Amino acid sequence: MEFAKLFEIIIASSLINNFVFTRFLGLCIFFGVSRKMETAIGMSITFTSVMMISTALSWIIFHFIMVPLEITFLKIIIFIGIVAGFVQASDTIMRKISPGLYYKLGIYLALISTNCIILAVPLISAGEHYSFIESIAFAFGSGIGFALAMIIMASIREKLELANIPAPFKGTPIAFIVTGLIALAFTGFSGLIKI
Amino acid sequence: MAQKDTVDYFGLIKNGIFKENTIFKLALSLCPSIAVTNNLRNGVLMGTAVLFVQVMVNITISLMRSFIHPRIRLPIFMLVISGWVTVTDMTMAAFAPEAYKQMGLYIQLIVAFASILARAEMFASKNKIVPSLFDGIGMGLGFLGALTIISFFREILGKGSLWGFTIIQAKPLLIMVLPAGGFFAVGILMGFFNWMGMRNGSKSRETL
Repeated sequence: MEFAKLFEIIIASSLINNFVFTRFLGLCIFFGVSRKMETAIGMSITFTSVMMISTALSWIIFHFIMVPLEITFLKIIIFIGIVAGFVQASDTIMRKISPGLYYKLGIYLALISTNCIILAVPLISAGEHYSFIESIAFAFGSGIGFALAMIIMASIREKLELANIPAPFKGTPIAFIVTGLIALAFTGFSGLIKI
Repeated sequence: MAQKDTVDYFGLIKNGIFKENTIFKLALSLCPSIAVTNNLRNGVLMGTAVLFVQVMVNITISLMRSFIHPRIRLPIFMLVISGWVTVTDMTMAAFAPEAYKQMGLYIQLIVAFASILARAEMFASKNKIVPSLFDGIGMGLGFLGALTIISFFREILGKGSLWGFTIIQAKPLLIMVLPAGGFFAVGILMGFFNWMGMRNGSKSRETL
């Protein structure tokens, strides 16, 4: 039962409520980084791991500090502080401990703090009263969903570079329209699970 | 246009609305431009919220600019922004509970707007309070205008109504209120503005 619930959350957050295609979050990063497959994959990996850890941290602070002190109305300020602090810390730690990994993924870390998904996940899981494991599953599913979106988009955009597009639509406008088409396909998932 | 001092207020506002329009030109802060624009009312509300936050943040940062040590400026900016966003969030929850239910999450996520942080960093932290105020108004109006245009087209095509009142008695294009329609609308409008820009002889801005 418990496992089924977790599975449901992962599927729901990655496919049905995919952050990019049905909740429209993280679009700045999505359009900015999805130009090459390699960067898309790097971004997805960094993003998913950072998001899981920062969601766990936010959950702990929310339930053990903010709820007892009745300062839940400050959750926007505190969550963004946690995320920004954690991103900064992992940047420093990664540079010291594994310079190789930092060289590969470090540039994405700086971008992450401007991504709205990373703030939305703790906010939603606080709003939905998820348990600790559930909110981690939610973060994982959202990360997978974002990775899926990035990889689909990157593989299309690599081809799109060579296509003959009317001049005013070059660049971002055509990327929007392609995203619209993918989003249309993702609407097909909406009946997958009844919650 | 220019008043006593050398600041061109009208130019500042115009810059925010046309030259550096957050959505159509800079392609920043796109999330709410699609999420809340399936009807005109939400679009205008969201735009107003952003306008308010942008202006207040610009004023606050500009007031505090000589006290902020450059090395810790980003955390301070984030604090100021999230403070004002919390104010907006609570006001909205109190006075417009219906709309808040649909778009509360996106109001809270104004915190993560690159455009607000960018204006605080690039303009308000270096300029006096009055120019910062006008810069905030300009950027905010540009955003509000963009959201209004997008939601106008989406609501009239997708539901045949405006601000909740039915206008066209025909079978609407359901796709425009679906998520996908939002992407199409923004993409086509962006292309349209690029085309206008090209026709007027100015160089096309390839954002790619």
